[in-house]
Amino acid sequence: MGKESEQHLPVWRIFLRSYRFQKIWEKVLVIFFFFNGFFAVFVLLGIFSLLFFEGTPAFKTISPKEFFFSSVWNPTSPIQEKYGILSLVVSTMLTTLGALVIATPLGVACAAYLSDVASHRVREIVKPAVEILAGIPSVVVGFLGLVVVAPLLAKLFNLPNGLNALNGSILLAVMSLPTIISLSEDALVAVPQEYKSASLALGANRWQTLLRVTIPSALSGIIASIMLGMGRAIGETMTVLMACGNSQAMPHSFLDSVRTMTATIAIELGETAYGSPHYHSLFIIGFVLFLMTFLVNLVSDLILAKYQEVAR
Amino acid sequence: MKWKIVFISLIFAGFAVMTCTKGSPPVQVKGSDTLVNLVQVLAEQYMDKNPGTAIAVTGGGSGVGIAAIINGTVDIANHSRPLKDKEFKEFEEKGIIPTTLVIGIDGLSVIVNENNPVDSLSMEDIGKIYRGELDTWNQIGGSDEDISTYGRQPNSGTYVFFQDLVLGKKDYSPKMKQMNGNAQIMDAVKTDANSIGYVGVGYVYDERDNVQKGIKVLKVSLSDGPAYAPTNVDDVKSGRYPIARPLFQTINGKPKGAVKDFVAFELGPEGQKIVEEQGFFPIGGEYIEANKKAGF
Repeated sequence: MGKESEQHLPVWRIFLRSYRFQKIWEKVLVIFFFFNGFFAVFVLLGIFSLLFFEGTPAFKTISPKEFFFSSVWNPTSPIQEKYGILSLVVSTMLTTLGALVIATPLGVACAAYLSDVASHRVREIVKPAVEILAGIPSVVVGFLGLVVVAPLLAKLFNLPNGLNALNGSILLAVMSLPTIISLSEDALVAVPQEYKSASLALGANRWQTLLRVTIPSALSGIIASIMLGMGRAIGETMTVLMACGNSQAMPHSFLDSVRTMTATIAIELGETAYGSPHYHSLFIIGFVLFLMTFLVNLVSDLILAKYQEVAR
Repeated sequence: MKWKIVFISLIFAGFAVMTCTKGSPPVQVKGSDTLVNLVQVLAEQYMDKNPGTAIAVTGGGSGVGIAAIINGTVDIANHSRPLKDKEFKEFEEKGIIPTTLVIGIDGLSVIVNENNPVDSLSMEDIGKIYRGELDTWNQIGGSDEDISTYGRQPNSGTYVFFQDLVLGKKDYSPKMKQMNGNAQIMDAVKTDANSIGYVGVGYVYDERDNVQKGIKVLKVSLSDGPAYAPTNVDDVKSGRYPIARPLFQTINGKPKGAVKDFVAFELGPEGQKIVEEQGFFPIGGEYIEANKKAGF
């Protein structure tokens, strides 16, 4: 308030300092930060409704049963256009699952090494390297898959070519490793030193402490990191588009060529006529992909909540 | 502290608004991946002669280019297949009369790994292979291995052209691997001993105009007739080689200004020489007539 003591100040500065203005200003700021905070929610709702409303007209011409349970996807066929996304969904799940199977043990072990075993000097080298790995563009990873990993796989499994789901899984594992490593490491480092000290004092060695005390204590963070890595793998497009061969047949094993949902959208969206069943059906694929990632996040949240209850 | 955060937020908001506005665009050319290298070179040569004009050439596939010209986001669309009836209708709905020109001729080369004993195939057999009706090499005089087929993706003009001409407008086998460009098919065929693939003729040569190592270009026959190779220029120009096609450019309405000038350069003697240097074939007889009707 102090209006009296500051009469030498210009009027506008006195106004700025007035209680009334401060109160209004604070309200403005609260609203501003409210919108900032809810921006992500608005965008999410926007994307959700866009996918939903652009996608649902597809079902005017395509029967939902055919769409979700048929495995023949051939919307540009000159004879009979077919819209069945089952093989695309299976392909996406196959590559993602493979990536997790490869990346989870590697990532958690690397994080445990960094947080509990490695010397300060080693950590200073490995941590930035992991972070740089996260920054490599997916098209570069895809190219590596095409010219390096694929021939290796072909030789290893005695196949004519290595453009298959396994190739995609390996590359996706590499791409989700940085997420898993850095977040798991954060979780492991955050485990209170007292836990470890207590375990060591009871006679457990460092390996037992790590396995029975540190990792279980950090499990919520580790699971979250794996789920985030999974999110990265599901949505990745360019790498799988380049490395998996993109054949549309239903895959029967990891050594079959696959065409994921993301690759299908990327390949086909550019050439569809606006408003055609093909156009709308690609949005439905996007919608299904959205639901899948949503489900992954939801399940991880539920697991986390349950685990935290138990821990308490 | 509060002030700083607000200030920084405002700056970011400002950037967001600024990126939404565009400067004056150069001549935009978009479409077929088969044509992108050729038109890129044509544009560079043209810009050397006319420093005032800027031409931007991008790929994406014939369908992408045609969709872009229908939507009015580019000036010229490159495409390696004719316009579809559906696309003509879309032009009509937008009230645009497209001008389509032929700027060169392309043969599609059917390639196999260099160690494959097969030297020539008939169009019918190639069609059967890609439809999935023939699936081991010993059915056509090769090894006992399964055939692995490589093709392009549905947004590629090459995919549609090959489907129309060689597959008889039938579906590709779902087992065909769909590659993201000619160069990827080349790479795959080089490393896969049981492979077969198709690429534009320009892509089989290295920088010294020799056929690249690791692949073999097949001779192609019609039924039981004699087989011709796409590497022989005369056989393609004369139409004896069966898998050849015109390469198109479509312009939004009547061409004028820089667009007209650039197209005239492409169709002129200098442009056609570049077409030949890039591994395609210059246009002849009927195509020149058709272009004249369109105003060139």
